[in-house]
Parts: sequence; structure tokens; C-alpha cells
Amino acid sequence: MQSFEWVDAESVEQAVSLLGEGNERKPVVAKAGGMDLLDLMKGGVVAPHRVVNLKTIKGLDGVRFDAKQGMELGALVTLARLSRESEVRRRFVALAEAAEHAATPQVRNAATLGGNLLQRPRCWYFRYDHFHQAAGNDVERVRAGQNQYHAIFDNQRTVMVHASTPATALLAYGASVELTGPGGKSRVVPLSDFLLPPDMKRSTDTVIAPNELLTRVRIPAPEAGTKAAYHKQGERESYDWPICDVAVVLRMEGKVIRQAAIALGWVAPTPRRATEAERLLVGKTLDEGLAGQAAKAAVSGATPLSMNAYKVPILEAIIRRTVLAAAAA
Amino acid sequence: MQSVKDTTGTVGSGRSAEEKKEEQPGPQPAPPPNPGPSRQQVLPYGIVGEGLKEVTRRVPLDEPPPLPENAKLKSIGKPVSRLDAVEKVTGKARYTFDIQLPGMLWGRRLVSSLPHARIKSIDTSAAERYPGVRAVHILESVLATAKLRDPNAEKGNRYPTIRYAGQPIAAVAADTARAAEAAVRLIKVEYEPLPHVTGLEEAMKENAPRVFPGPTEQPATAGGGGAPPGLPQKGNVRGPDTKPRGMGPRGDIAQGLRDADVVVEAEYRTQVQTHVPMEPHGLVADWRDEGLTLYASTQHLGSVRDEAAELLELPRSKIRVVSDFTGGGFGAKYGIGNYGLLAIHLSRKAKAPVRMVMDRREEHVSGGHRPNSLQRLKLGAKRDGTLTAIQLQAHGSGGVAGGAGVGFCHSTLYECPNVHVEQYDVFTNTGPCAAFRAPGQVQGIFSLEQSVDELAEKLGMDPVALRGKIDVSKTDDALARAHERRLGAERFGWSKRKPAGSDKGPIKRGMGFAQSQWLYLVHPNIACEVRVSGDGSVEAFCATQDIGTGTRTILAQVVAEEFGLRPEEIGSHIGDSRYPAGPASGGSRVTSSLTPAARNAAYRCARELATRLAPLLKANPDDIVFAEGKVMVKGKISSAMPFREAVKKAGIEEISHRAERRDDYEGYAMKMPTIAISRHGIGGVQFAEVAVDTETGIVKVERIVAVHDCGRPINPKLVESQIYGGVIQGVSYALYEERHLDAASGHQLNANVDQYKIVGAREVPTIEVLLLEQLGAQSSTDARGVAEPANVATAAAVANAFYNATGKRIRTLPMTPANVLAALRT
Repeated sequence: MQSFEWVDAESVEQAVSLLGEGNERKPVVAKAGGMDLLDLMKGGVVAPHRVVNLKTIKGLDGVRFDAKQGMELGALVTLARLSRESEVRRRFVALAEAAEHAATPQVRNAATLGGNLLQRPRCWYFRYDHFHQAAGNDVERVRAGQNQYHAIFDNQRTVMVHASTPATALLAYGASVELTGPGGKSRVVPLSDFLLPPDMKRSTDTVIAPNELLTRVRIPAPEAGTKAAYHKQGERESYDWPICDVAVVLRMEGKVIRQAAIALGWVAPTPRRATEAERLLVGKTLDEGLAGQAAKAAVSGATPLSMNAYKVPILEAIIRRTVLAAAAA
Repeated sequence: MQSVKDTTGTVGSGRSAEEKKEEQPGPQPAPPPNPGPSRQQVLPYGIVGEGLKEVTRRVPLDEPPPLPENAKLKSIGKPVSRLDAVEKVTGKARYTFDIQLPGMLWGRRLVSSLPHARIKSIDTSAAERYPGVRAVHILESVLATAKLRDPNAEKGNRYPTIRYAGQPIAAVAADTARAAEAAVRLIKVEYEPLPHVTGLEEAMKENAPRVFPGPTEQPATAGGGGAPPGLPQKGNVRGPDTKPRGMGPRGDIAQGLRDADVVVEAEYRTQVQTHVPMEPHGLVADWRDEGLTLYASTQHLGSVRDEAAELLELPRSKIRVVSDFTGGGFGAKYGIGNYGLLAIHLSRKAKAPVRMVMDRREEHVSGGHRPNSLQRLKLGAKRDGTLTAIQLQAHGSGGVAGGAGVGFCHSTLYECPNVHVEQYDVFTNTGPCAAFRAPGQVQGIFSLEQSVDELAEKLGMDPVALRGKIDVSKTDDALARAHERRLGAERFGWSKRKPAGSDKGPIKRGMGFAQSQWLYLVHPNIACEVRVSGDGSVEAFCATQDIGTGTRTILAQVVAEEFGLRPEEIGSHIGDSRYPAGPASGGSRVTSSLTPAARNAAYRCARELATRLAPLLKANPDDIVFAEGKVMVKGKISSAMPFREAVKKAGIEEISHRAERRDDYEGYAMKMPTIAISRHGIGGVQFAEVAVDTETGIVKVERIVAVHDCGRPINPKLVESQIYGGVIQGVSYALYEERHLDAASGHQLNANVDQYKIVGAREVPTIEVLLLEQLGAQSSTDARGVAEPANVATAAAVANAFYNATGKRIRTLPMTPANVLAALRT
């Protein structure tokens, strides 16, 4: 790891201004929990000239719910808190579950929601500085290499998957992020537009600008009859990254599904809505057979790589189980 | 076990001269044990609680009388907590990683980014000029690799040929770790790339790139095969070795297969597992005019000293090795290694101590690993279960190092008249293998115990009953396993096992069982010194080390027994090469080697002390006993005097005795300078219950009943810890661990603890340990090891349970969802 400067930011405005001073030769990076950043710095993948500590900014760790405005989560809310907050647990259980199943207790105590959404891919080619310096096409390298943990959908242009698992739940809830730039100007971007397919050559896998800060996450208030479930399937139950994760949000009237959102993580470059499956569910009464049909529809367009075809039946099973779990919630 | 050859715990050429002497090929008849005065001694023999009998053996005259069973002892056999437990959990214990010396420099290695290349030039000038850099050293030759048979084969090369990505080239010592890291990046290496190959089967192909341009030699290693010299080598494939560890073929395999009523044949694949000790390999070298001090994270102080002496051409007396605590070692921490060699050279050049500790990537890539394997196994049997044929062909790759065999169980575990085993080393452009907790045997048992299970099913026999029929050698380990099968089956509830694949629904449960066999090894001629000081302090000294098993504690327990003291009252000193030569922590031989020497020395001290106390107590020395912290005349409680007070009163300056580990009373099948091999082995059986989610391919090991023997358990709590560790590491190997390489670049992709998956807390099954107390009438403590036996059977037991759950065989490790779903589709 290289030596670097450290600045404790006192305000969003100051942080934004400091971040704006960065350039390619003297990169400036923001640090919230520091969980992903420290990994990247130790691995030699990121070598900042200056680190801006956001944890010293007050007012970015709020959790507020309003029946009209919905949920507003400060970017510095930790995953541990997210998993425990009663409003989150009660109204957005899939998000609470996703936060609870991320990483380890130690990491969840430090990791923040904002940092989690901005983390870089866990692809082992991405995480190894050797491949950042190596010649050749980095997408084709992975496609021809060890791609067992990579995308089974939308994998023509890139095969890496976004790492955030709370993002899967947030996508199902239709969440947006608030980005704040110079002069306190902010914009709100739907999560589905915010996340970009991972790219080794960029310094972010989102649309955030170098002089912007992710300040809040907003989730619309759930309608009456909303039920949800989340499942992360790893090789291990202890600390592990997922093979896939699935968040299901249903609006039900009695036994009939009126609305369905199924989000799939770790199977495409960014979390993906299973729209075919959602359509199958709407207007119907859920049973094992229907859940199975929906799951099958969700994976029918999969285009697995040389080593990750095993992910397809696993994803199918997890979708079926999570849809049933959501309805039973 | 019959006669076998072994060099457990040593690997590669990175070994001491002393260890290399063990590498003479073929079985050598062991000389008769213990020349010198002796007596005929009646000793207890058998399994305590299962009907002990008596045997008479010739015992050296100066050895103490035999110990009774543990129930009659005060310190030995008791579950004493580790004496250094508090030090360890409070962070007080100082590992090599923690060593900070005044003026110490930080060493950092430059490793190759290419998997196969000739080095045309190395320019270190920019690194040398970098602020804070105090020395730079280029490696003249590489340790831990096979060597070309023809020493002139690469004579034109100025530098060692690069044969794997991550091979060390040079190193820098600097005032700070950051300066060392920055300076290393400034070393310019001009490579001439060569074609490379990383996959086992790819490397076996005739037209595969050659890792070595000609035939190689690598003295027998603990990796399993133990390739004798002069084996044929075609391309990257070296072998066959038909006599793994001295066990040659027997009978007529073709006839054996013709005689069979039932034949099972299958192919098994196991993966590369890296050691991942909590503390990586490391060494702090302090070169001074008066001598060289090495602080090492090691499994054998002696191997560090001797290899440094040989390579630096120093007398052993000028080298001191210190290792207070070693943060884990599973077979790969022997000798000084390339990292240590570089540290010593840098210290010599910089005239300052140099710390060289491998980082996690280096540890995975070049610190050693358990080789992979591809095994084709064929078994033949009669209707009644009698084996008629065992035929094995095994290939494995230990990267640039040899020793990728699959152990010796196919030749030794079961009675069979016709056995033919062929083991091949396949070289690949990957880091070197090293001994790893029961080297070879873990892979071998995975194939053998599944095949025997398959045979049982074909014969319509219960798998446990079939083992009873064929596990019948007249050895202590076979005797132990017979009891272990019975005890384990009862505790586990084996009778509740259902027919294979009978669960409905996606999650299926099953029960399985597998047997273990490992060598009973002794490190001969090691010694222990015991001192009693005038104030009544008692101390023991031995140049052995603790890799986490509790060596200090068992040493204290054995000495305490002779003085009637508590283990906490004994000064237990290890970890310094200036003490009497001690055993290597490898091959499960510390307890079997150290405790008899310690008891013999303590006994002599106690007897001399009795003689000196006799006038004080007005008694015959033979009537003086030490018990419960007191000295007394036998049968006269009124004479009791606190131990310390008695010693003080006797006006003793110091009593000191040094005793050696004598030969086993029955002698050995084979004896080499640092390893003696008994004809008896160590047994063990494990029962596993698993749940398989057939939709996701997730396997969960829910319960293991591990039944083990280790001769006389000196400390059942520590033995249990070893067995827990063995089972957990076995589950980790069976389900999760695997080195992943990028074939195109030759680089390991998961050289960290994030993506190299090791069993986590939630994956640890319920583990129940049943422990035998087996007296073999072989030494003054009758202790044997257990670290390796505990790791041998787990993966096979889990695989057999997987079959019972699903009705499908899983013949590929690890049992990841990808491999499981593939197996379920067959």
C-alpha cells in the first residue's frame, strides 16, 4: 500500500469539493466504512493520493420513514443498523435480510449502505492488481478463464457482476439514490439507472460523478398488502459472496398477486428484474406450481459461460423458494 | 501396517542435510532395538477397558517401570488446560510475525509475474538507490523444487529458470515495509517467456510444454509418492513409482481380478488444497560476527538450523534458532525456505536483523499445498467380501515439486493378496507442494474408502461389517479400529441408516463411514533435560516447538507425574535450538518422541533426588515417593514434607539429567536418522451424517462421530482439540477448499482468504470424539500421535454419507454446488 493523505470531511459540501480536486495523477477517493476501499488499497487496485473520510460528516446516518415520502436512509447507516432498525424490519424485510446476510458481523458494524452500493466487483481478476497491469482484453480474459462466479445473463459485453446484495433488495423495492454535487445541488437517480455494468477501466461502476457524494437512499412507501422475502445463496452460510441472491416483493389481495417485483443479484452485471416471471404471477393465486413456472421463466433466457451453468438451476430453485416465502411472509 | 518407508514432514530440496539422509530408497532392515544393558519387563498391552493383557519385552535397564493405565495417574492422562492459553488469547504470546528487534529491517520479495521464463537480465540499481533501502539480494538457486538430473542441463542460464508465477527472484531489505515494497517494484527483470502448462491432465499430454527440459530428481517427499531416484520421466510425467513408501506390488493382479466375483472400478479426482496457516511462513534473521540468530515460524528448529548451516556454510554451533510460538503448521514449515535464505543474505549484507514474512498471496502460491490427484482404482472381491485385487493408477501434480502420490493405504489398510499400485508425479508450472497433514493418505483414502463402500453395496454387505472382514492385519491400528467401529457405530446410531437415496423431497440426509490409517512414527535419539534446582524448582528443556498442539503442556505433565507435582509447577522450556535436540512437529511424532525422553529424564532426576533426600527422611531411597506436592516415605503419611521444603533442606545445588528417546521396545520396521517407523500404525474411524440439497447442490455436514486412538493419551483435552481440528479441516477439504488458477497467465486467482474458501463457523458440524486408551508396550509413556489420523477419514466419510443420502457417488472434490449438481446428474 502506498502512503496517502487523510482528510476528515466536516460537511457534504467540503467532501464534494475535496473529491472534485482529484485527477488521474492524484486520485482522491471517499471513504465511509472503508471496508471495500481498504481491500482495494491493500490489493494495489486503488492507490489514492488522498482519502476523504466521510464518517466525520454529521447528519448522513438518519433512518426516517414517512407514509407519504417513504423511507429515507442516510448513506452512512451501517449494514448492522439497517438489519436491526424496526422500521426497516417491519416495512422492508427483504432489505433488512439482505443487510443481515452480508459479510460478517464485524464488517456489518463498519460497512455503510452508501459504501456497499458503491463497492467494486468481487471478480477475482478485478481484485488482483496483476490483471490491471496485464495486456489484453480484460473481458475476454475472464470469459475464457475461471468464470464460475460470473454472470449468466446479459454477459455479452461484460461478465462481472455487481457485488452489492442490499442492491438486490433495493431494486425490488424500487429504490433511488440521492447524489449531491457542488453547491449542495442534488439529483435523485433510480437504482436501476444508478448501477452500471462493472468495468475494470473505470473507477466506479455507477453513474456517480467524481465530484458527487451518495448522500441518501430513498424507498417508496410500500402499499397495503405488500409482502417480501430475500434469500442469498452462497457456497457457505458463514462469510461468503453469493452464487445468487433473490429479493421478491409482492402486493397481494388475499391470495391473489396484484403486483410482483423479483430482483436477481449476482447473475447479471447489475441486479436484474425477472420481468417475465413477474408477469406470470400478476393476477394469479400463488401455489407451488405457479412459483415453479415463474422461476423457470426467470432463468429461461440465461446464457451461462463455460464454467457457470450450475448457477442456472440454483437460481431457479432460489427464485421458486423465495416467491413462496414472500407469499407466506 | 507392515513395513513402510516414510519421510513425513519434509519436502522439496528445501531441507536440511540431516533430513535428506532419510531419502535413501527402498526399505532398509531396522537394526535390533536398544543395544546395551536391558531387563525383561512385563508390560500392560491392549485397550484399557477392553481387557488388558500382559506382554514381556526387553526394556533398557535405565528406563523407569511401566506406567499403569491413566486412571491410576495424577498428571498424565488428565485434561489439563494449555499452560500458555492465557498468553495466547491475550496476545502476549510472541510469534515470529511479532518479532521486533532494534534496528530491524523489513524484507520484501520480488516474485515472477510469468509462469515459465528464462531471465535474461536483472537490474537492481534503481531499487538500491531508493531511500531507506539497505540491501538487495538476488536468489542464486531456488529451494523447494525438483532438480534436473543433469546439473548442466541449464548451465547457460545466468539465473534460475522461472517455472511458476510467484517464484521468488530477489529481495530488498529497507527501513520500512513501505520502502521495501516500493523498491521491489523498481527491480527490472527482462524475461524470455517460455510456454507453460498448469493443468494436471493438460500437462500429461505428450505435446504439453515441458516444465523441466529433462528428467528430474526430487528425493522422496512427504507429499505421498516419495519418488525414488532414477525413475523414468516422459515429458512432465515422472514414474511410475510402484513401491510408494517401500510397499512393493504383491501377487498377480490379473489373476486377482480373474478370481473376483465382484469388481468395482472408478475414477476419482481431488483438488489442490493450500495450507493457510494463521501465521504465514516467516523468518527474522540476525547475522552478527559472533553468530546467526534465526527467529522462525517452523515445525522443526533443527531443520532450520541445519539447512542454514549447510547453505551458508556455517558450523551449527554458530546458529541459534528461536521459535516461541508457531502459528500453525500443517507440514509445510520446514527448513529456511527461499524467504529465509533471502532474509539471511540480506541481514548479512545490511549488518542488521531482517524480517521476512510471507504475505497471504505468497503463502498460498509458494508456501506449499496438498497436490491434486487423478486416481483410477479397481477392486476385486469374493462373494464373502475377501479382497482378491487392488489396482491403482494415480497421477498428481505438486507443481514444480515432486511428491504428489496418494499415500500407502491401498497397499496397507486391507488384507489382499494381489496389489498393484502405480503413482506418477506430473510437473506443472505451479508452486511447489509440501507435506500436508497425512500427505497423500487423505487423497488415497478418499478413493479407497468409497470403493470399498461400493463393493459392500454390490456384495449386499454392511460397510462396517465388510471392514471387519478385511481389516485384519495383526497390528495395533487394526486392533484399535475393530473396537472403534463397534464403539462408533453404537454412539452414532449406525443401525438407523436407511437405504441409499430413500429420502423424499429435495433435501436428503445420509450416513457414511470411513476408516483412517496413519503411521506411528518416532523421531529417534531426541533428548530432554530435566533439572531440579536447590529451591525446589523443576524445569524441562527440549529443542522442540509448539505449532499449536500444546507441546509445552504435555512436557510439563509427564515431568510433573514423576515428582508428584502439578503441571503448572514445571518450567516447560521449548523453542530454542540450544536445548537438547527435539522432535519435528510433523508426522504426528512430537508426543510419541518427546514424552518417553522427558519421563526417562524426570525419573532419573527423581531417583537421584530420592537418594539425596534419604538421609533427611531417614529412609531407604527406594522407599521415597513423590505425591501431591509432597515427599514422603512409602506408607508413612506422617513423614510427608512439602516438595520445595524438602529439596531446600537437602542442600542441593542442582540435579540434572538428560535422557534420550530410546527405540520402541519391539523395534521398528525401519529406522532413519530423524524418523523411525513402527510396523504398527495409528487407526481411527469416522462416521458422518450429511444433508444434501439436491436443488442447490449445497452439502451440509451435520454430525461427525470421530473415534480415535493415539496410544496412551497424555492429555485428552488436547487430543480432542487435535481431532476437532482434523475433522474441521477435513470438512473444509471435502466441501470448500480449492486453489483456482488462471490457465492463461498461470496465476492463482484466489490467493487470499476471501475467495479461497475455508470452512466457517456455521459449517462446523457437531463433532463427538471417542478416544481409546491403547497401551502398545513400546515406550516409557506409550504415547502416539493423532494430528494426522484425525484428518484422514473425514472427506471419505462425508462422500459415503453423500451416497447414502442421494444414491449418487461423488468422486470429485471439493463437493461444491457445481460438482454436486454434476454428480447428481450422472
